[in-house]
Amino acid sequence: MAALTHLERLEAESIHIVREVVAESEKPVMLYSVGKDSSVMLHLARKAFYPSAPPFPLLHVDTTWKFRAMYDMRDRMARDSGMQMIVYRNPEAVRRGINPFDHGSLHTDMWKTEGLKQALTQFGFDAAFGGARRDEEKSRAKERIFSFRSANHRWDPKSQRPELWHLYNVRKAKGESIRVFPISNWTELDVWQYIYLENIPVVPLYFAARRPTVERDGLLLMVDDERFPLRPGEVPVERSVRFRTLGCYPLTGAIESTAATLPDVIREMLLATSSERQGRAIDHDQSASMEQRKQQGYF
Amino acid sequence: MAIAAAEVSNIGEYLRQHQHKSLLRFITCGSVDDGKSTLIGRLLYDSRQIFEDQLAALEADSRRFGTQGDHFDFALLMDGLAAEREQGITIDVAYRFFATDRRKFIVADTPGHEQYTRNMVTGASTADLAVILIDARKGVLTQTCRHSYLAHLLGIRNLVLAVNKMDLVGYDRSIYDAIVAEYRAFASSSGIGAFVPIPVSGLAGDNITTRSSATPWYSGPTLMAHLETVQIDIDAAQRRPFRMPVQWVNRPNADFRGFCGLICNGIIRPGDPVRVLPSGRISTVARIVTQGGDLDAAAAGQSVTITLADDVDCSRGDVLSIANDPPEMADQFEAAIIWMADEELLPGRPYWLKLGTQTASATIYAPKYQINVNTLEHLAAKTLGLNAIGVANLSTDKPLVFEPYDKSRDLGGFILIDKISNSTVAAGLLHFALRRSQNVHWQALDIDRDAHARLKHQQPRLLWFTGLSGAGKSAIANLVQKKLYALGMHSFLLDGDNIRHGLNKDLGFTDADRVENIRRIGEVARLMTDAGLIVLTAFISPFRAERRMVRDMTPPGEFIEIYVETPLEIAEQRDVKGLYKKARAGELKHFTGIDSPYEAPEQPEIRVNTVGTTAEQAADAIVAYVLADAQLKDRIDPG
Repeated sequence: MAALTHLERLEAESIHIVREVVAESEKPVMLYSVGKDSSVMLHLARKAFYPSAPPFPLLHVDTTWKFRAMYDMRDRMARDSGMQMIVYRNPEAVRRGINPFDHGSLHTDMWKTEGLKQALTQFGFDAAFGGARRDEEKSRAKERIFSFRSANHRWDPKSQRPELWHLYNVRKAKGESIRVFPISNWTELDVWQYIYLENIPVVPLYFAARRPTVERDGLLLMVDDERFPLRPGEVPVERSVRFRTLGCYPLTGAIESTAATLPDVIREMLLATSSERQGRAIDHDQSASMEQRKQQGYF
Repeated sequence: MAIAAAEVSNIGEYLRQHQHKSLLRFITCGSVDDGKSTLIGRLLYDSRQIFEDQLAALEADSRRFGTQGDHFDFALLMDGLAAEREQGITIDVAYRFFATDRRKFIVADTPGHEQYTRNMVTGASTADLAVILIDARKGVLTQTCRHSYLAHLLGIRNLVLAVNKMDLVGYDRSIYDAIVAEYRAFASSSGIGAFVPIPVSGLAGDNITTRSSATPWYSGPTLMAHLETVQIDIDAAQRRPFRMPVQWVNRPNADFRGFCGLICNGIIRPGDPVRVLPSGRISTVARIVTQGGDLDAAAAGQSVTITLADDVDCSRGDVLSIANDPPEMADQFEAAIIWMADEELLPGRPYWLKLGTQTASATIYAPKYQINVNTLEHLAAKTLGLNAIGVANLSTDKPLVFEPYDKSRDLGGFILIDKISNSTVAAGLLHFALRRSQNVHWQALDIDRDAHARLKHQQPRLLWFTGLSGAGKSAIANLVQKKLYALGMHSFLLDGDNIRHGLNKDLGFTDADRVENIRRIGEVARLMTDAGLIVLTAFISPFRAERRMVRDMTPPGEFIEIYVETPLEIAEQRDVKGLYKKARAGELKHFTGIDSPYEAPEQPEIRVNTVGTTAEQAADAIVAYVLADAQLKDRIDPG
């Protein structure tokens, strides 16, 4: 037989990881954030357990501020996969009407960090899959594939368990949980190549189209619904844009692009000169901000 | 990755080409300041993997923390965690990714300082190749030897010796030649063998991706050219006999039973005869099932789902193997052990051992020797501390399907897990099975333990008294025994001091000896309960793990933990044997409660508080418990 390609090796490793968690944990869940990395992770999970459906639910920690196209995709994937889709919104954030326009970093803290912790605690999940990759950001490059969290969901980068060969130690005390990153070793290009090869559905926002946008604080933001408060003098302008990553629409910068197909997107990415998290407002505060967030329980 | 527009004008063609790249995983190792991070930063920069915004952040960071003057400090790109950036050292394994037109690479950047051997071993466990860095100004250091030895130990057979910082020695050929000669002497004497030396400068970029005009005397490949073309024996695993540890059984309905796993060796096709281990049952492969349709064949490195033609028993932890060439099974081994935890190895204490998808309880015996990783000398050792490497025998509570590590990383490499803290405390490499485990079998006895117990009209029990010295364990146990005797019951009391005069007189009071003490007592107590006796033991037995070990040795329900709870000050006031006084005076070392810990039971069957309860009352309560327990057992299980 021919030697395996890098994508075949990555796929086999990811499937092995997902199965290992199911075999050794009590109540796993897959964090589904609707983006391309989640799409690949879900696709791998479905392959891992075919012809069964993956034996765990999906969890979407919602902020109510995602792009409308993301909600459409989420509902479609819930139908197609035959898996339970749990949607969780932090009730405190709902009550206080937390939003990215008025509340700054509190928006991410309450909806995402706190929301995730609450959901994991409330449902008693002891293992949660996430779609993070080591090439995204410096502190992720050093995080294990199986990453332990204390009972209050904190990450301690100094006491990570060594991971040797294909052996993962999944044992934990009551109350502790693990975050598992099956696509840790994939790069952005690997993800797109795999989506192309396997014909995996992704949110259309990754492809260029004319969309209403305003330029604000160096980011090109899409006016996705009527909740977007325009500042005096701001008028949404139709631009041909697409997104490299997807999050809350008021926090996710678009790039001007005409890449309307998957090969065009990959071509544009190959020519790109800035890394993909650049479009995200939350990483820029301080150079170590992601690490701080993770220690506090951000995924 | 920024690449020229022309290269991707035909994107379809580009994607086809790039889907067929192979993957090389390698590690870089060297001492502090050898320039590892700078070298990887340079590889990423030269293969254009660093984006503009990262470069801008790097420029800002270089001004704040940089150590390279006006140069970009590439190391700052690698040292991911904030604490490390401030201290200027790398403290953990970081994984980096880059690609060229020929290959994709995953680099494990592993730290150089002594206390982090475990990180290097972690990085090396999945690597195909190791780049050993040497600072041309310093030459071969003890750490160079250590890293080379570890890479070799973990099975890496492709070694690159990157003699770095050549710019700082004026690209002097004689310096380079001397270093290579010295390393060659070390490599041949230590069994490492062949390696590829390259003179480089990570900072200046010499011989990294382009040949340097400053080293006209060097005719070999650049580092990148070597990494792109080196022959990795990735097909070797495919050529070996088929093995797949079963990870999970897929049963969507009564008609489908698929065995899922990552194939670690060989190639498998429908129709191939296979053997399920450890049961030894034989069947044939019916289908190799994937979402994209059934496969005609699958090979090492693939995660698959296999169905068999017959309805044979097979579950997680079993190994599917080609029928005519199965791997060995054993429950006693010699292994190399790399200790990775702050708490040292306690010989005799059981740990969880994970090998492939098999998990067993394993006891490690006292090391035969420890290896000085700098000189490769064998040293006498009673235990192994953090980052120590030794060779020891171990036994498991059930047979494991295995292969020696040098034949199979996946069936020969294991981890040890502490049963209480759940942390990964060691990695191990199986050398071979011990003969005695293959030849010593359990003798089936005609008069079994139930027969012994029936004759005595009682249920065997192990009454395990635990508590501080002077808590009153022996006094209460004595009373309990007298009361049982009066009731016509057969019992035996094992007392701490008495055992230490005989069976365990070779043991002292270190943590390791305390573990062995309890293990032996547990084994003796088990023999006595096999004989139908009610056994009483009165030992401080300070560690939860050992009490658990004994509990696990005995049939469910037979072990009754009795916590004789006395506050330290009270026990010390009583000081029946004058031991606390000696311990306080420093004349007695490792005395429980003074300079050695006591781990109180969390859920004992019986708790006796000696403050406010007399020994007589406590003994009555214990006897009542034993009688009630036995009656309960009689009702559930008459006879």
